[in-house]
Amino acid sequence: MLEIKNLHVKLEEEDKQILKGVDLTVDAGKVHAIMGPNGSGKSTLSYVLSGRDGYEVTEGSASLGGEDLLEMEPEERAAAGVFLAFQYPVEIPGVGNMTFLRTAVNAQRKARGEDELSATDFLKEVRAKAKALKIDADMLKRPVNVGFSGGEKKRNEILQMAMLEPKMCILDETDSGLDVDAMKLVAEGVNALRDEGRGFLVITHYQRLLDHIKPDVVHIMAEGRIVKSGGPELALEVENNGYADILAEVN
Amino acid sequence: MALPQAKQTVTEERLATLTMPDAGCTKKAREAALARLRQMGLPGRRDEYWKYTRPDTLTSAEAPTAALFQTDEPTMFHEFDRLKIVFIDGVFSPEESDELSLEGVTIDRLEDICGKDIHWAKELYGVLEANGQTPVQRPLAALNTAYASDGVAIHVTGKPSKPISLIYRHASETSDAILHHVVRVESDAEVTILENGPAASRFNKCMEIDIADGGALHHIRAQGRDHQRRAATHMFTRMGTESVYKSFTLTVNGVLTRNEQVIELTGDDAVAHVAGACVGDGEFHHDDTVFVTHDAVNCESRQVFKKVLRNGATGVFQGKILVKEGAQKTDGYQISQSLLLDEDSQFLAKPELEIYADDVACSHGSTSGAIDETALFYLRSRGVPTREATDMLTLAFLAEAVQEIEDDALAEVIVTRLQDWLARRH
Repeated sequence: MLEIKNLHVKLEEEDKQILKGVDLTVDAGKVHAIMGPNGSGKSTLSYVLSGRDGYEVTEGSASLGGEDLLEMEPEERAAAGVFLAFQYPVEIPGVGNMTFLRTAVNAQRKARGEDELSATDFLKEVRAKAKALKIDADMLKRPVNVGFSGGEKKRNEILQMAMLEPKMCILDETDSGLDVDAMKLVAEGVNALRDEGRGFLVITHYQRLLDHIKPDVVHIMAEGRIVKSGGPELALEVENNGYADILAEVN
Repeated sequence: MALPQAKQTVTEERLATLTMPDAGCTKKAREAALARLRQMGLPGRRDEYWKYTRPDTLTSAEAPTAALFQTDEPTMFHEFDRLKIVFIDGVFSPEESDELSLEGVTIDRLEDICGKDIHWAKELYGVLEANGQTPVQRPLAALNTAYASDGVAIHVTGKPSKPISLIYRHASETSDAILHHVVRVESDAEVTILENGPAASRFNKCMEIDIADGGALHHIRAQGRDHQRRAATHMFTRMGTESVYKSFTLTVNGVLTRNEQVIELTGDDAVAHVAGACVGDGEFHHDDTVFVTHDAVNCESRQVFKKVLRNGATGVFQGKILVKEGAQKTDGYQISQSLLLDEDSQFLAKPELEIYADDVACSHGSTSGAIDETALFYLRSRGVPTREATDMLTLAFLAEAVQEIEDDALAEVIVTRLQDWLARRH
């Protein structure tokens, strides 16, 4: 479903190559994890896929269900089914969480030529999904992420994901800043969304998230490329021995 | 000191087009105002308080023509039960207005205050305006007092059950209206005054408000989208002990708007809040000039002004807090912020504090910034198109000023209208 071929990306502002030929295919229904040392390009990959400014694709391609993602605006990618759970969810003072969710859901429906969700249906759905993530009514009313704890912010990301029902979920270090209980809750939220039609790309530093969200494939990224892929056991190897062995082996 | 020749010429040319109404008991106040005006002269570009706003189209002999604005929008505040007082191009319209009777308030036309011998109004007319001429001159307000052709006297003695709504219609492309209202809020009385509409091609409005001890006045004003209208307005407010004055103004478009608020806290424990939200697009110049004087103990004042500017629009904020000697325990706050949606728009701010008491808390801040790109991307990454996302962030920016409105229902009306106006662009 997600197909990345030979992707080369540099920073727009400076002459710095971040991705140096990434190849990756995520099929529907599969969970892929990307691990790798700091600065290997994991977050850049997630930003480039979601369309953030500041990056220039110099070579290669990325497509979702055959549609060229790189040609699309961020909102078009969202409507096509890309969702990025941010490492640092953005605070937006003055915009109510509920208003934000509803605007986003309806904007995507509109872009896909579907009818907007009625206020009642939306409310029903959001309440049910929020409850599963232990997000209370107060959090829904407050401005987007403002005054939320780290865990609340991440749960709020998963709530958005649940409401938007994307085809391709990209989770950028969703476990960072979470305690064990919060991580479980987030993982449960993610697992509830796993189904045959949906792919996941889970970016993480640690094996522990993968205890809760079981990956089908684990990739190791280093210096802008995927250097090794394997099964869940690869994550354990990293956990036990660090990256040094793997990197030495590749080089 | 004699006026510079150019200033004198502008003033006399303007005065030549005006006739002082046959004003009876206000004649003395009007003539005194005229004398003040002649001494000051009409504002010019070199005057300190007109550095950022060109006054020439406000002072010219003839009002520049302004095309009437056609729109299918419902009128502002239409969903509210209110007592409507309608002026068309600055002339009171008895047909369009409600009967001027409501429990807790007495409303008369300005021209009737002499015949009916309404003391408070006779005594207030021109007085707060005259007081407000120092330390900063406000010649357009003196011109208003001298030549105002219509207006109302609102005497609040209780708590009227609904707001008093001043509606200003614009019907002629060349209208040049001068309105002067006087308001007296008695002890423990409370009223909401709404104002909306473009009023005229050129509008000069003055409101003198005297709030007695424990009285409260809520003022909410919407200056609509008419692109070519011009306005210079003055609100002079004198506040007694434990009185409350809360004013909010929404301004959207209009080629030139200068709103001056002159507030004097003369009784202890009084509270004055003035706020404004404005959206300017293209040929638009909006100026908020505020002067708050603390002359009593333990008073609070708050100024919150937010402006969104795009396509070369200009916003101006000149806000001052003056704390007089002895005005201890003053709590003064002032913030002015602009959101510049492109590089052609500009915001000019002059925040000032002048403090002669030593036990006070005063703060002020002013910022200009572009839209938050990170927030914009966040919204877009969730599927919200750029334009809609920009409008959401713009509205969020303005919300802080709108929140100053105490009445939730009125605040919601303002937000809904802002949303609509943002979406419409022009």
